[in-house]
Order: sequence, then C-alpha cells, then structure tokens
Amino acid sequence: MRLTLKIWRQENATAKGSMQTYSLDGVSPDMSFLEMMDVLNEQLMGQGIDPVAFDHDCREGICGSCSMFINGEAHGPDRLVTTCQLHMRKFKDGDTIHIEPFRAKPFPVIKDLVVDRTAFDRIQHAGGFVSVNTSGNTQDANAIPIEKVNADKAFDAAACIGCGACVATCKNASAMLFVSAKVSQYALLPQGQVEATERVLSMVKQMDEEGFGNCTNTGACEVECPKGISLENIARMNREYLSANVKG
Amino acid sequence: MATLDAKIPEGPIAEKWTNHKNNIQLVSPANKRLIDVIVVGTGLAGGSAAATLAELGYNVKAFCFQDSPRRAHSIAAQGGINAAKNYQGDGDSTHRLFYDTVKGGDYRSREANVYRLAEVSTNIIDQCVAQGVPFARDYGGLLDNRSFGGVLVSRTFYAKGQTGQQLLLGAYSAMNRQIGRGKIKMYNRHEMLDLVKVDGKARGIITRNLVTGEIERHAAHAVVIASGGYGNLFYLSTNAMGSNVTASWKIHKKGAYFANPCFTQIHPTCIPVSGDHQSKLTLMSESLRNDGRIWVPSKKEDAKAIREGRLKPTDLAEEDRDYYLERRYPAFGNLVPRDVASRASKERCDEGYGVNATGEAVYLDFADAIVRYGKEKAHVKGLDENDMALVQKLGKEIIKAKYGNLFQMYEKIVDQNPYETPMMIYPAVHYTMGGVWVDYNLMTTIPGCFAIGEANFSDHGANRLGASALMQGLADGYFVLPYTIGDYLADDIRTGPISTDTPEFEAAEKDVRAQIDAFISNKGSKSVDYFHRKLGKIIWNKCGMSRNESGLKEAIEEVKALREEFYNDVFVPGTADSFNESLAKAFRVADFLELGELFAKDALERTESCGGHFREESQSPEGEAMRDDANFAFVSAWEYKGEPSEAKLHKETLNYENIELKTRSYK
Repeated sequence: MRLTLKIWRQENATAKGSMQTYSLDGVSPDMSFLEMMDVLNEQLMGQGIDPVAFDHDCREGICGSCSMFINGEAHGPDRLVTTCQLHMRKFKDGDTIHIEPFRAKPFPVIKDLVVDRTAFDRIQHAGGFVSVNTSGNTQDANAIPIEKVNADKAFDAAACIGCGACVATCKNASAMLFVSAKVSQYALLPQGQVEATERVLSMVKQMDEEGFGNCTNTGACEVECPKGISLENIARMNREYLSANVKG
Repeated sequence: MATLDAKIPEGPIAEKWTNHKNNIQLVSPANKRLIDVIVVGTGLAGGSAAATLAELGYNVKAFCFQDSPRRAHSIAAQGGINAAKNYQGDGDSTHRLFYDTVKGGDYRSREANVYRLAEVSTNIIDQCVAQGVPFARDYGGLLDNRSFGGVLVSRTFYAKGQTGQQLLLGAYSAMNRQIGRGKIKMYNRHEMLDLVKVDGKARGIITRNLVTGEIERHAAHAVVIASGGYGNLFYLSTNAMGSNVTASWKIHKKGAYFANPCFTQIHPTCIPVSGDHQSKLTLMSESLRNDGRIWVPSKKEDAKAIREGRLKPTDLAEEDRDYYLERRYPAFGNLVPRDVASRASKERCDEGYGVNATGEAVYLDFADAIVRYGKEKAHVKGLDENDMALVQKLGKEIIKAKYGNLFQMYEKIVDQNPYETPMMIYPAVHYTMGGVWVDYNLMTTIPGCFAIGEANFSDHGANRLGASALMQGLADGYFVLPYTIGDYLADDIRTGPISTDTPEFEAAEKDVRAQIDAFISNKGSKSVDYFHRKLGKIIWNKCGMSRNESGLKEAIEEVKALREEFYNDVFVPGTADSFNESLAKAFRVADFLELGELFAKDALERTESCGGHFREESQSPEGEAMRDDANFAFVSAWEYKGEPSEAKLHKETLNYENIELKTRSYK
C-alpha cells in the first residue's frame, strides 16, 4: 500500500504547529497503525527529519497511552479499538490519512501527537479511591456478597483505560464519560458507598477546575470509546451528584 | 566462588514469616515522617509498595516513565491472580499453593520466600475487594474462580480477561489517595538512569525528565526498584514497548547481583508473528486453556495443505487431529505448565506440523467447549439438546461472556473469527523469572536498595505458574516490603535528610550527562531499533526455547560484537533537552546489549535443563527436561566486574527442607 500522511507537527508546548505531508510506500495491510508510524519514522530519520513523537506502550489496547485522532475520529475509523489495535487493512492503497493529537484545552500538546493528560490523574486524586489502608486485616473477600449484575456493571465501568478519546471526541471537551465511569464503578459496589457523597462532589469539582467542558448529551463519546463505556454511567453520575447535593 | 546468605529466618517454614515480623525492628510513626523512600516503577509491585509505605507515614517519591502510573505494564495481565482461599472447597491450602509454585518452578526457587507468598496470598484478595476491585462473581454474589496451568485446583480469581488492569487500577487508586494527601510525590515521564550510593548505601537516583530532558537528582534513605522484567531483550515479546531493564541494570553495575538471568518464560499461547514489521506480540491468556484444546494435524501432508491454504482446519476429521498435550500429558492435558506447553508446540512445528504460512503456529480450538456449554445451557433451560444450531448459539454466548475481549482482540489482529475457526497460536517471550538477587527481606546486595515484583528473582524458580505474577507483585508491595524495609530504616531515624549536593550525586550526574552527549553526538548510520531487532534475533535464535553449548558461545560473541557496533554506529536524532524517544530507547538498548551477553553466559554455565531453561544436552529420551540437582541446585548470582564476560558467579545454595526434590511430571 502507498499512503499520503498529513500529520500534525509541533516542536513543543509553546511552538506553533502545522500539518505536514509525507508519503509512505510499502505498507502491509497486516501492520498495526503504530507499526506503520514506526516505518514512517525510520524513513524520516533516514532523510534527516525528526521522527514524529507519539505516545504508545502496551500495543495491545489496554494501557491507554496511544492517542491519535485519525481522519477526524479518536483512534480512527474502526470501532472498539485503540490506535495500536487499528490495522492498516482498514485503509486502501492510495488513501490520504490525517493524523492529529487528541485536542482539548486541558490536554496541552507536549510534542507532535503527544499530549499531557495529567488532568485525568488529578481528577482521580480528588476522590477516585476507597479510603482503606493496607493491613491484611480487612474482612474476608466473601463477607459481603455482591449481586452479579452490579458486579458486572461495576466491571464494565472500570474497564475505562483513561485514554481521553471521549474528551477529544466531544465538541465541548467534556470529561463526563471518564469521570462517570469511575464514580459508577464505586457507586455500584458496597465498598464504595461510604464515601459516595464526597467522592462525586470532589471529582466533579476537580473536573470543572481542570477546564473540561459541559456535557450536552450528544453521545459521541460513547461511540468513540475504545472500551465501550456506556452513557448510562453519565446518567448514574448525574443521579449521584444530585443526591449528593441534596444531602451535602 | 563465594556463597550468599539469604538471611532466611530460623524455625519451621509455616512460622518463619510470623516470627520474623515479630522480631524485626520497627520505625515509630513520628520517625517515619523523617524518612524518604524512592520507588521506581508503578506497576503492581511499585504501585502497591508506594501506596502502603505512604499510608504508613514514609515520604514517598514514585517514578514511572509512562505519562501516568496507571499505564505500567501490569495493566496488560489478562488471566488472573492466585490465592489459597479454598473458596471452592477443592482441597486448596497455603501448603498446596506453596508446593505447586515450587514444583512449577522446577525446584529452583527459595522455599521460604515461596511459602510466605502463599501465606499472604489470601490477604491480597481481601485487600483488593475492600478497594473496590470488581472481580468476577457468581450468581450468589460470591467470588468466582478458574484453573490455571500446573495445578489441580481452582484458585485463580479474575476480572474477565483484564485482571491486571483491575488490580493495577486498585493499586493506582491507593496511590491516588496518598498523592492527594501529599504523602506520595509522583514523577511521571521520568526515567531512572543511575543509582547513587553514599558510604556504600543506596541514597538516591539520577533521573531524566522525558519531556524536558532535564537531569535531576533525587535523594532518599532507601531506593526500591520495581521496574519489572527484561523480556524486551528479545525485541519481540508480550512486554510493552517501553518495558526495560535499565533501572535493574544500573543497580547491578553499582553492586547488586543479578540472579538467574537465563530463566525466561516463553508463553505458549500468543498470536504468531505475521511479518518483519512486527513491533510486539500479543498474548492470548492462559485461561483460554481451560476450554480450548490445542492440536495440530496428525499427518504432515494435511499440515502442508493447511499452510498452503488448500485445506481448512474445520475440514479435518477428529481422527486426523493430534491433541498432543492431551496425548503426552494425560493428567494435566491442556493445562500443563507454560514451559512444557511451549516446548511441545515448538517440537510439533519443528517436525513440520505447523499450521500457518511460516509453519510456526498450532491450533487452540473452542469447538468442543462451545458444544459442551451449549448442551448444558439447553439442558438447564429445558430446550432441545440435540438442536445443534441452538446448542452452537448458546455455547458461543457462554464463551463470549468468559473470553469475549480476548476473542475480539484476536479477531482485530488476525482478521479471523475464532468462534468459527480455531485460533492460531505460538509461544512468545512473556516474563522473566530471573532478576535482581534479593535476600528474604527483598534487599539486594546493596544496603538500602530493594527489588520487588518481576524485577527480583526470588519466587518463581525456573518457570512461573500462570496467575502468580500478579500475586507476587502485590504480595511484595502490600504485605512484605512494608515490613522488611522498616527493619533497615530503623537505623536511619537519626540520619536526617539526605543532601543531593554531594560529590557522589555530582559524579553520577556527570556520568549520565556524558552518556547523553555521546549518544547525541555519535551521528552514526543506524537507528536504535536496528540494533534492538538484531539483538532480539540473536537471543531468540540461540537463547530461546532450546539452547546448546555452541549456540550460546556464538551468542556471546555476536552480542559483544553488536554492542561494539552500536557504540560506533548508532544514530540518535534530536536533542538532549527535549522530548526524544530515540534517546530514551538508546539508553535502554545499551543496557540490553550488556544483559544479553550475561544472559547467554548464565545459560552456558547451567548445563542442566530446568523449567524454561532447556539445554539440548540435558534431556530424557522422550525429550523432557532433565535437571541436575547434584550440581545445579543453586541460584546463580552474578557480580558486575566491568564487562559481562568478567562477571563473577556467586552461588546461593537452595535447600529443600519441606518439599522433596522430584522429577517434575505432569503425565
């Protein structure tokens, strides 16, 4: 396959960036998208051009590092995959592919396609935990049975990989899907109940302080989420938030 | 040759840990506030250690090269975590988990450490549930279990195929609570490039900020290395792209012995290599062997026809299939340990029975499981068990609920539907049992420098059983290190803050800067990846699933030559003071190029076969691994002496007082 790549290049956080065009030949349909980028970078280095910086690590769709906006979609055209699991067989010979970073004010660009997503960590610092110390003396794991349907739903919410596709996709750069996934996981489990009120208030407050936009129920986040996190979580967080405000 | 003291406490094995905890020194809560601890790596071991140390009151500085601690590679562990809870009432116990792990490790692990691991395993599950980790549950609301290789009980707890993710997010949440309290200071996108010793003790590290390129000095009273394993030595492995040996290797060069480097786990069920562009390999969880049956065609001509695309696996009649694990190992069948399963696949493929274009793949088939589950479900629902279309539909739904995410991953990568046609799998490098030598307290041979999780060597011997890596990482971080580090730090309560403004820090920083300058100004002709791929090929071909004397000798020479070429001809683009992935990789590959040689040297010295280390010279007539307990019942701990070829061997004798050394049999 022969491709034309239009890629966002930006030297550092303060530099002005622009789209640059590169052509790449000999791409195999069995390559992952990131392996195609590796081949491009080898070619660029051979031409004395700085390789394109991008985040990646596990390359099996679970670490949440990779974060490319491909042809106007977070993680590209395939559904329920991250960029590292997207394969070139989804493209055709002669295609032009536009590759940009995940764009949002709270995700400043570090270099090229690499963005700073530590805002997500700070939201978790605000309340994304159960306050239990390590002791070896917590109660037996089977002491509290948990209804299977709730345990499964908590798991589905906890499957979020924190990649930020929801924010990059949202026209308002809202982080509601990400935050609600964590709030829901704990709201559905008895272990999370004790701190539920404080958790949802603190996490939403931090989310707002980071500068993420509001949710207007468009639902694009759910469509683009590589882990299929459901909008139901946003509804649940809204209920949690409302009742926390009434209590609080 | 010197011998090593592992400082194993006296007394019966079941009482060692309790007695030890009762007798070691403690640090008072007020004094803990005066003590700083550095933790390098934030996977299950590092994350749980950082959180627990901070809960206890120590001031923790935690470092990871990823952009968030949540992305450490523990996140990718799929299948599960073992614990001797015996919730299934199937005869499990601390002793049985201990026994299975020692036997699984082919009698090359340290009894006392393994017993302690089995002992604290149950606490891990309690702790994780209390944190809100959503483990799989049954309809009664209680925790579910499954079986993993090398054992005859169901003791594996799981969260679909994302157990590592859920456990890591649990440890990450515990860290977040402490970061929020200011007790952990988190340094993302930082790489440790050297250890600083003052008066013989570990007192700090030098790091590079991977965004700005800044070189930083960090001081502490103790340094904990939790940076994982070195599987990426092979270039292609199931490890993340960034996983590296650098932190472990830097402490090795400063005096920490490196133990059993050649003990590597080649995991039997990975998606086969598809071409030269391949950057990494993807694991298909061992849990799949609960329901999947492994086979190749029994006739070579059928295998050839399949390779050439003239025949489909589903066309092959039952009698034309060779379920070789069930045939060779009737007692354990498809659930033999990983080393045994991997070698058996290689043997079939080497004989010409491989089933993909490269001839390096075998089938993992769910057709029988789909029918079995489908019939059961039909029976429960009172439907017609002989309606095959219905049985297929119901069976597939159950398989999907159990392994859905793995099947989806397989389909995305290979572009085939594993519900309809068997998966193709082949062994790949997955885990390293070898690592930094530690004593019972998890301290290395450098006072004040500890190694935990996959970075150390202590618990898995020559082969790790499935679902035991997560157990060890969390055991070390939550329940072992927080006690044992106190025994060391109790002598440091009057030390006061460690200054970074000393000649030791200055010298270490200077060395790091010199190395960076050398890489940037080298302006050679080949990329870092070129050398990494070449190194991986040497190690895979000559130090992979089977090893022999001449191949290992060649590997030593080839790695040495490649290392020289690397320093002469590597090209690192960009600058030192910016985000520069090539520069970060150059440091990692430089260390792999040294480790690779020691790895081959270690494999050459150990002329026996054990676990994942298979020396062709030491096998039974049936091709099973043959241990040599008379000459090799020891840990090889290597001391750095300038060049890998000069490394000096120290032996820790392994005494088995509670388990009788036997030929490992899964037949």
